[in-house]
Amino acid sequence: MKKTFKGIYLFLIMLFLYLPIFTLMVLSFNGGKTMNAWVGFSLEWYEEMFANRQIMEALGNTVSIAFWAASASTVIGVLACMGISAMKEKPRTLLMGLNNIPLLNADIVTGISLMLSFLMFGISLNYGTVLMAHITFCIPYVILSVMPKFRQLENHTYEAALDLGATPAYAFFKVVLPDIMPGIVSGFLLAFTMSVDDFVITHFTRGAGINTISTLIYSQVRVGIRPMLYALSTLIFVTVFIILIVVNIISHKKEEKES
Amino acid sequence: MSRRIFSGPFLLFILCGTLIPLGVIAYYGITDRSGSFTLDNILAIASPEHSEALFLALLLALISTVICLLIAFPLGLILKDSRLGKKGFMVFIFILPMWMNFLLRTMAWQVLLERNGIINQLLDLVGLPHLDIINTPAAVVLGMVYDYLPFMVLPIYNALIKIDRHVIEAAYDLGASSPQVLLKVIAPLSLPGIVSGITMVFVPSLTTFAVSNMLGGGKVNLIGNIIEQEFTVSSNWNLGAGLSLVMMIFIVISMALIEKFDKNGEGNVL
Amino acid sequence: MALIELIDISKSFDGELVLDEFNLKIEENEFITLLGPSGCGKTTTLRILGGFETPDTGRVMFQGEDITHLEPNKRQINTVFQKYALFPHMNIADNIAFGLKISGKSKEYIKDKVKYALKLVNLSGYEKRSVDSLSGGQQQRIAIARAIVNEPRVLLLDEPLGALDLKLRQEMQYELIRLKNELGITFLYVTHDQEEALTMSDKVVVMNQGYIQQMGTPEEIYNEPENAFVADFIGDSNIIDGVMMEDRVVKICDHIFPCIDEGFGRKTPVDVVIRPEDVIIGRPGEGILDGVVTSNVFIGVHYEMCIEAGGFEWLAQNTVSYPVGAHVSIGVTPENIQIMNKPQSEDEEAMALDE
Repeated sequence: MKKTFKGIYLFLIMLFLYLPIFTLMVLSFNGGKTMNAWVGFSLEWYEEMFANRQIMEALGNTVSIAFWAASASTVIGVLACMGISAMKEKPRTLLMGLNNIPLLNADIVTGISLMLSFLMFGISLNYGTVLMAHITFCIPYVILSVMPKFRQLENHTYEAALDLGATPAYAFFKVVLPDIMPGIVSGFLLAFTMSVDDFVITHFTRGAGINTISTLIYSQVRVGIRPMLYALSTLIFVTVFIILIVVNIISHKKEEKES
Repeated sequence: MSRRIFSGPFLLFILCGTLIPLGVIAYYGITDRSGSFTLDNILAIASPEHSEALFLALLLALISTVICLLIAFPLGLILKDSRLGKKGFMVFIFILPMWMNFLLRTMAWQVLLERNGIINQLLDLVGLPHLDIINTPAAVVLGMVYDYLPFMVLPIYNALIKIDRHVIEAAYDLGASSPQVLLKVIAPLSLPGIVSGITMVFVPSLTTFAVSNMLGGGKVNLIGNIIEQEFTVSSNWNLGAGLSLVMMIFIVISMALIEKFDKNGEGNVL
Repeated sequence: MALIELIDISKSFDGELVLDEFNLKIEENEFITLLGPSGCGKTTTLRILGGFETPDTGRVMFQGEDITHLEPNKRQINTVFQKYALFPHMNIADNIAFGLKISGKSKEYIKDKVKYALKLVNLSGYEKRSVDSLSGGQQQRIAIARAIVNEPRVLLLDEPLGALDLKLRQEMQYELIRLKNELGITFLYVTHDQEEALTMSDKVVVMNQGYIQQMGTPEEIYNEPENAFVADFIGDSNIIDGVMMEDRVVKICDHIFPCIDEGFGRKTPVDVVIRPEDVIIGRPGEGILDGVVTSNVFIGVHYEMCIEAGGFEWLAQNTVSYPVGAHVSIGVTPENIQIMNKPQSEDEEAMALDE
């Protein structure tokens, strides 16, 4: 009895979460312009989507911004963790507090404040400002992923390496880096996802000429290219689903190996 | 040690990406177009249009946060106890939609809720009256709950699985019934997760303009919409910055309230 | 009538049998210890008694009543958990008062009872302290206090001293004996530490692979182990292959040893148990068997030596040190030789003893 109730509860929430997504998926294969009636199976929206310059450009921008923002914020974040972990308690707490501001602040405020600053200092809004904005809000995620690994490290392996005659650089690359690698990888992935997912901050810092997937959807949502967007969302969902399943399986296998 | 200089680039980004922009938005908020000091932009919140938008945003954010909590907490409990397949996988299923662009997810609800949309077609089919909530606050709340539910599920689930199984068994052992265990042990121990879930749902709901625009059809004006329009349509940046400052105050206040509630909750027996 | 009776309890997890038709009687006001290596089923037995696991088959009787399916919160049994399991969000007084508040006792009563319990575990005045501020030993005492304020008929203790250091563990052993005597209730104690079991218990139940290997007073378990497993598990022993030549005569390492056991028949292969402290070391030719000392370690009270003699490495303890390489002889007095039947198979052996 209790079990059935739990099962129904899980099922209802699952339905709530997935019904909208699956609806889009089904509609993306619907031929004809009317979206509300099933005309017949067709791949025309996929063809049109791949032929649509606007969508392809936005897709390219989204991926390239996410890649560069994640890469830059990972490098800056890891360096920051190295520096911060060498600091005394007080400045360390202060910096970690400052690091939290973009995480806790509302996106709209972050977006507006960055936009106003760019314009105030005479920087015109374009690809570069979006990238800078993304690096800014990605760094905190990297630091939050990497910092705990540094804490676990506690200097001893690094010092042991120095004691055994390694140079600081050698000790870092051969001893410290492998230890914190899982944190760096998850930080990078988190930053990448956050960048892909962002709409609000991009919306304010992008200027007129450039679109990402998010801003494109927002601007086109009332116009007629919607079935193409269904095709796009199906594509994105399937990609994300496959990537996450693969990541899950890999990390599961790793855990099994370790245990 | 010189290792500290490695944090240089990070400090630069904190300064240029966080602190200076906050200063700039504050500067815009307390000046007029000519650059002279004024409090008009902040006091503008008192105008009926603005205060209504702020009130509606607070109300809708509160409602969606409560609904998310009511859905997520039982879900977390079920997931914690479930031996359905591999535990990680079940949780994964409930978090997965979070990884999909939230505008696409919101758009999906647009499609579902439209007057001639899927839901109404289905209702027609079984002869039930239409569900006309698109372009109303109800649709906006639905969108908020849908978009932000995973943010509530994840921290609550994480807090719940951290509770030592033996602590729960100890409570039963000492004579507590299931509701008592839930109320006196599980709920207080998962409070940190609940609090961070509330924050992660409340703040984006309070400040959103995309969800309200897409599902409210321009008829549901939240404080976020007002601010956004000041920058994109009306181009009154000073007013937009001033209203942002007011909104930030409300964010800080609600966080402080949550924090206080958290502290009171700890170490106190209900 | 026994206070608690476990009848034919079987339990398996994921197809692995942990308890196999397990039977046990526990009397009122007894300090009984389940002793065995990890995975022997002792903790499962405890959890079945506490109500946290339901046996696949069999019944749990409490004062003649079947409580197999009674929920843990309705049993007159309380548990002290392995890692204390204190409520981290409550202070010490609230932790101890938890069970009393649930059962709706008056404020006055609860206050007195908490004070009494704290005094009983030597932590008076700790009411307002937080759980984190206490050491492991103190937390353990609170866990005990939290259980006993409810005046259970039986207190279940699941390796409660496992996380403490040696000195604290010994202190707590005496505390537990004192508590048991003051409260006059039944203690069911689970441990893998044989010293703990021998120090505290009225009765020790040695378990392995879901079966009872031997049950008896600490003296009986130590001095007269019934099989090689018990002998090996309790203290250090020499377990040697021997042949029972006739009553009171056993052949070990091709030498004849007089002993006091009878009824094994003639020329029967047996296991022989000789405790290291019972090995008498003398000059060559003085004992029954000659040998050479191969190692010698001072371990406090005495020296622990290995002596190679008759093709077997004997473990011996003596207050006199014999250097490595010394030629010595070995002897054992007849009453210190313990003869045991060789098991046909582990299961068969355990079944035969499971009564």
